[in-house]
Amino acid sequence: MASNIAARVVDVITKTQHLELGKVTAESTFIELNIDSLDGLQIMFALEEEFGLNIPDDVAKKFSTVQQAIDGITALTAAKEVSPAEIK
Amino acid sequence: MRRVAVTGIGVVSAIGLNTHEFWQSLAVGHSGIGPIQSLPGVTFKFPNGAEALSFDPFHHLDPKSAGMLDRSTQFASAAAQEAIAASGVSIISERTAVVTGCSVGGKITEDLAYQKLYGINHQRFEPMTIPRVMGNASASWISMRHGITGPCYTVSTACASAAHAIGQAFWMVRNGVVDAAITGGTEAPFAQGLLRAWEAMRVVSPDTCRPFSKDRQGLILGEGAAMFVLESWEAAQSRGATIYAEICGFGMSSDAAHLTMPSAKGAAAAMRSALKDAGLMAGEIGYINAHGTGTEANDRTESQAIHAVFDTPPVVSSTKSMHGHALGASPALEAAATVLSLFHQILPPTANFTSPDVKCNLDVVPNHARSHKMTAAISNSFAFGGLNAVLAFRSV
Repeated sequence: MASNIAARVVDVITKTQHLELGKVTAESTFIELNIDSLDGLQIMFALEEEFGLNIPDDVAKKFSTVQQAIDGITALTAAKEVSPAEIK
Repeated sequence: MRRVAVTGIGVVSAIGLNTHEFWQSLAVGHSGIGPIQSLPGVTFKFPNGAEALSFDPFHHLDPKSAGMLDRSTQFASAAAQEAIAASGVSIISERTAVVTGCSVGGKITEDLAYQKLYGINHQRFEPMTIPRVMGNASASWISMRHGITGPCYTVSTACASAAHAIGQAFWMVRNGVVDAAITGGTEAPFAQGLLRAWEAMRVVSPDTCRPFSKDRQGLILGEGAAMFVLESWEAAQSRGATIYAEICGFGMSSDAAHLTMPSAKGAAAAMRSALKDAGLMAGEIGYINAHGTGTEANDRTESQAIHAVFDTPPVVSSTKSMHGHALGASPALEAAATVLSLFHQILPPTANFTSPDVKCNLDVVPNHARSHKMTAAISNSFAFGGLNAVLAFRSV
């Protein structure tokens, strides 16, 4: 499950930023990928749509690497499985 | 005061995706009006529009940039790119202005977002919705893309937007506030909600746009953009630029009467003001590119206004019969048509013309383009809200 989440996060970032396949890895930082604050918003939106999640602002602000995004989504997904409250 | 040269033109329209194609269509009277194709499965009382169907944003923009922009800004970006490249101008960033006109902003983006919200209760919006929808998106994008750091803003005066924008840009160059300006207008109004609102106005024709014809039934909505490079005459001449025309006058007025019914008095005042600003006598005008929407009220009122200003009216045509009524972008498309008419000394026709209307007693160049020697021309734009703007040009 965890590795599946990682692959999906990498895929979302690759697609939203129109990057070459393989350019985004779990180790990439947003700075390395030239992801600015507006790009970050688009990635959060796309991750919310992909995983059916609501990413709170304070969680989203902490994402500055792909690994942090993967960890954040993993935690939110786990929390969602315990409590299914979500916005559409 | 300095003279001001038009040294670059860029166009996206239903009758051509660049200036060359646009002029080729105008010069043969080819109309871009046809069945609306961008909203499949949706029907309106008016089946036809003038869409820039083969416009491909990815031809002009990388995928990431294209995704950040509403269709209206994609049009503006392509038109500005063409105008700047064609002019060969070296932009001095802080001495250049960007002034664009747009009536409704990023309506397609807004419409799609609201369809999801109200239609399927999808509460999460794309983050680019706000920057795509804002009316100044095109001015800002052109500024960013070309590194222009001087005055940059957008004018919104409904169907006169781009004329007010071009007029103000012209005045800034003439007065030495800046040395060059990128100016024009853009519009992408084929959004379901907006078209439904136009339907309620009962001014859109159920068939085609027949300006000044006795059996005219209304306007036909269009989309597109036209952008210009304006430069001080000396700068343009000294670098050996092609000068398409001189922009020499700008006049404005407000009817202060009715939200939608036009006033001949207001229209005439704007024409007189443009002539005065240009230092032109009425008799020097060889061509009027009319507002000519094809509505009963506009064409009758505009004809009255022309007769009030000109003892012997010059030749008039409405190119909206070909590129449609692209709202805030229309004055820019029509300014392009006017400048190109002066440059080629050819009058684009009023297409789709059937029979004359005694209430529009003008030579409207019915259906066939015509060679015509002329030294000056004006382009009329009259907006809902009673806002009038007229641009005057001289041939080189």
